[in-house]
Amino acid sequence: MTVKTWTFILVAASFALYIGIALWTRATSTKEFYVAGAGVSPLANGMATAADWMSAASFISMAGLISFMGYDGSVYLMGWTGGYVLLALLLAPYLRKYGAFTVPDFVGDRYYSQTARIVAVVCAIFVSFTYVAGQMRGVGIVFGRFLEVDVETGVFIGMGIVFFYAVLGGMKGITYTQVAQYCVLIFAYMVPAIFLSILITGNPIPQLGLGGIDQASGMPLLERLNGLHQELGFAEYTSGTKSTLDVFFITVALMVGTAGLPHVIIRFYTVPRVRDARLSVGWALIFIALLYTTAPAVAVFARTNLINSVSDTPYSEVPEWFTNWEATGLLTFEDLNGDGRIQFVGPDSPYANELTVDNDIMVLANPEIAGLPNWVIGLVAAGGLAAALSTAAGLLLVVSSAVSHDLLKRSLMPQITEKGELIAARVSAAGAVMVAGYLGINPPGFVAQVVAFAFGLAASSFFPVIIMGIFSKRTTREGAILGMIAGITFTAAYISYFTLMHPELNNADHWWFTISPQGIGTIGMMLNFTVMIVVSRFTPPPPPHVQALVESIRVPRGTGASHEISA
Amino acid sequence: MTEHTPAGATQPNPRHAEYWRRNLRYLGMLLAVWFAVSYGLGILLVEPLNAFNLPGTGFPLGFWFAQQGSIYVFVILIFVYVVLMNRLDQEFEVDEEDGA
Repeated sequence: MTVKTWTFILVAASFALYIGIALWTRATSTKEFYVAGAGVSPLANGMATAADWMSAASFISMAGLISFMGYDGSVYLMGWTGGYVLLALLLAPYLRKYGAFTVPDFVGDRYYSQTARIVAVVCAIFVSFTYVAGQMRGVGIVFGRFLEVDVETGVFIGMGIVFFYAVLGGMKGITYTQVAQYCVLIFAYMVPAIFLSILITGNPIPQLGLGGIDQASGMPLLERLNGLHQELGFAEYTSGTKSTLDVFFITVALMVGTAGLPHVIIRFYTVPRVRDARLSVGWALIFIALLYTTAPAVAVFARTNLINSVSDTPYSEVPEWFTNWEATGLLTFEDLNGDGRIQFVGPDSPYANELTVDNDIMVLANPEIAGLPNWVIGLVAAGGLAAALSTAAGLLLVVSSAVSHDLLKRSLMPQITEKGELIAARVSAAGAVMVAGYLGINPPGFVAQVVAFAFGLAASSFFPVIIMGIFSKRTTREGAILGMIAGITFTAAYISYFTLMHPELNNADHWWFTISPQGIGTIGMMLNFTVMIVVSRFTPPPPPHVQALVESIRVPRGTGASHEISA
Repeated sequence: MTEHTPAGATQPNPRHAEYWRRNLRYLGMLLAVWFAVSYGLGILLVEPLNAFNLPGTGFPLGFWFAQQGSIYVFVILIFVYVVLMNRLDQEFEVDEEDGA
């Protein structure tokens, strides 16, 4: 069967599965809609969190990015996993004990302030929408390349599916769909990785193959790749080109940003008890680590394969996958020296580079480059869609609950009935799907920068406020509001200055202390902490009931089902 | 600054204060390891460590910590925390009733 037939069958089968789950898990109360009734087992929640967290960026783009960045790619690997340690130790158990429905819920109650709640709502919505735009781009690429439909049609189909299970099932539907999506995406990621690892190193475990021997040359694979890099004028693969300080700051920003992302945090409201929340983060990280320790291996396999199959090859003899991807515009060849051969070389080479490969296609093109069977290629397409849709659904739920719960129920219309709130939640979920669809069809031209924005924002706003809310009874409403505003404003200003207003200045010579816009969230976070601590010293302490609230979230006993504590 | 006893809430429990101190001590220890492995071995010391290979493999040591080892350590840290805290909860009788 052809690649297209296989892709069609596998994608259709996975979609049918998601719809089946949606019909089976319908939400009948706001509690089910927001937090799946707080009855999800730690293991299932771990899987759902892994799918929720691993987006199109993790599945499609990350290995490609690492394969171009080499050692520098470690910022993503450590940054996007190390945040779970912070989440387990510093956030999840206490937030579960508190038992809110949303992140702004906690911020508003702990800081006894509607202003704080509204600031948190705005941050949550902004972070989530910027993220969704990136997911939709992933959906568009997969549909465009493998099923040869327009990006618009692809986005419509994707949004239709998400609409179905997010609007019907809320968090309950999303959770169980995400469990299925995790299984699809991890299977789709591991199968080609194992194939490649056997082909290149003879070892079926990619994590070991990465440190193994390259069958073709008989040398250790990483040494072989470093050698190829040197010949072609690229920097050595296992050493980086970024400054140590920048690597440090980016890693902090990504870790802290991860721990502060609302769609990840709310997943830990869905388990029954505090101890389940702790354990669940552990499960989530195991499921994530499976993909994250495979990705650097895939990156090296892909890089080696790419160099071996295209470097110095006559253009007239390129393999079929090369032409297929050229058609999408994500791979371009320009014969600068007119010799008819592909010069794929780095900045230190005497020749000019003639081949541009988009990061996003490395994982998707990998099975074709390695000549794997057609069904594997179809599987990768289904996996990419699972990753994008699961994350999109989680993000859309954050938007919907921020509107129906935090804005309507807790701020504007406290009298709204349970039934009315559930309808409002469904309507706002539907609205959020529409906006996401629009962003998918008309993506802002700066998706990559915008994702950095989301992390910087989460790192400089939510993380410090929540941490101080738990670990310091003395932090006041004024401190929190000013801290959040200072952190966000500074981070947003730095990022927009370099990525939107003056992209031509966006290089290490102009950055402050060689810190790139990706890493600036770290400074924003420190600024937020500083402002919060200083302002809190000079403002009246929080009222007694808030101090008692902080006391109570520090001990696990007495966790009810997720509920509201009215201030 | 005046200290209020929250009206209607339970009195601050000295056992709870001790529980919290122990918790903070665990956090300090675990986060120290977290920092040392990722930022220490994976970033700040990566160059000197790359002079060695992970024994029996083709991995430069610093590179391995940055792209593999630190992730394994993160997973272990969380499970150590889970075990420590479950024990601590029982010791201080603040663990949750089953089926809550």
